[in-house]
Amino acid sequence: MSMLRSRPSFGENLQELQLPLAESVLATLKAGDLVSLTGTLYTGRDQTHRRLCELLDSGLPLPVDLSGQLLYYVGPTPARPGQVIGAAGPTTSYRMDVYTPRLLAIGLKATLGKGARSREVRDSMLSNGAVYLATIGGAGALLSKCIKSCEIVAFADAGAEALFRMAVEGFPAVVINDLAGQDYYEMVAIK
Amino acid sequence: MRELNYSEIVAAVRDMAMRAAYDLEPDILEALLAARDRETALLSKNILEMLLVNADTASRDRIPLCQDTGIAVLFVELGQDVRIIGSLEEAIQEGIASGYEAGYLRKSVCDPLTRINTKTNTPAVIHLRVVAGDRLTMSLLPKGCGSENMSGLAMLPPSAGRSGVVQYVVDRVVAAGSNPCPPVVVGVGVGGTFEKAALLAKEALLRPLGTAHPRADAAALEEEILIAINARGQGVQGFGGNNTALAVHVELFPSHIASLPVAVNIQCHAHRYKKIVL
Repeated sequence: MSMLRSRPSFGENLQELQLPLAESVLATLKAGDLVSLTGTLYTGRDQTHRRLCELLDSGLPLPVDLSGQLLYYVGPTPARPGQVIGAAGPTTSYRMDVYTPRLLAIGLKATLGKGARSREVRDSMLSNGAVYLATIGGAGALLSKCIKSCEIVAFADAGAEALFRMAVEGFPAVVINDLAGQDYYEMVAIK
Repeated sequence: MRELNYSEIVAAVRDMAMRAAYDLEPDILEALLAARDRETALLSKNILEMLLVNADTASRDRIPLCQDTGIAVLFVELGQDVRIIGSLEEAIQEGIASGYEAGYLRKSVCDPLTRINTKTNTPAVIHLRVVAGDRLTMSLLPKGCGSENMSGLAMLPPSAGRSGVVQYVVDRVVAAGSNPCPPVVVGVGVGGTFEKAALLAKEALLRPLGTAHPRADAAALEEEILIAINARGQGVQGFGGNNTALAVHVELFPSHIASLPVAVNIQCHAHRYKKIVL
């Protein structure tokens, strides 16, 4: 595609952030900030959340300590032989809203997906000191290049809905909800 | 009678399933390029550029454009002078299962109540029409559900009229926000009955981008809805700008005198479809 400019840039003023996000860093993030994530994160989508909450309901330990971590809402396509992962873009976040406050209550500090969150989740993020980020929906092939390793932590039988641990490098995201209670989608709509 | 073999149909469907996941059609690529060139919001412009690189990466590396490789929807036109050797339904389902497995595509189909995955991405949703001629035409639309979930249908009173149709569609797309991965393609079905309107909205997505409805008043309706959606400024991924929708396609069908059904089927920018004539 010769009509493309050279290397796509997500934007100027990109903040390089290390995962998991330090509490001191969380406090500096503002809705609308463009960030580039490097480090370790965990993943989960519908069935992953249902199962995590069932474990909490039963008083059983979770397969991983989510305290301080970032949870990315993704269900990747299978990796071809020799590849780390298949396409791995974000899924729509609102479907996780019903589960998210419980995970924030046990120390989850950041979530990453696409689309707006419910009032309940926003209130819960505020009271638990957590942020919500969005990445580029429908860019699963491109985003897969930012994922350097991927291993199953739990729920292997759930296929794409398993809980994975991923190492990411330069993963692009936009801060949607910050610790001051701002929402970037709302800020755009008001403009 | 022209004969078509089961295995020919399986192979054609399997091939379409894989190509749809990796290769965008030229019309959607052109629409994304045009959107990038006219976009004024910097972040949205940069993201449109990244979507073009994503398309390039997917096609080159044979990796799906999007991890949601969809539930397969097929519109099938069977010529009445074609005789299929074997079951058409089974051949299509086998082609989908085979393509999703061989293409490293995600199997996203599950039981609606137990949520247990069928592990084959089948059953596909098949809409069959018998038509004149001796050809079998199959259009595949693998539908991602981030966008599908944002669709809606209203049984408007006829008094709502044209402006009621515009308002319902615009409100539906605006309420969807960034959930369906804008820039979106909006399929609209107006008229018919409850199920006919929904089917028209989905069929509208199969029309090539950049082609208006042949009826002038319907084409004007498409234009009016598109302008109204983009004037709201939600933009690419909800990050602002004037490219919330790439196109609005309206399909019409006569309705009952008491009824004005309107259906909106939203499609994401990873607008994947393939068509084959056997």
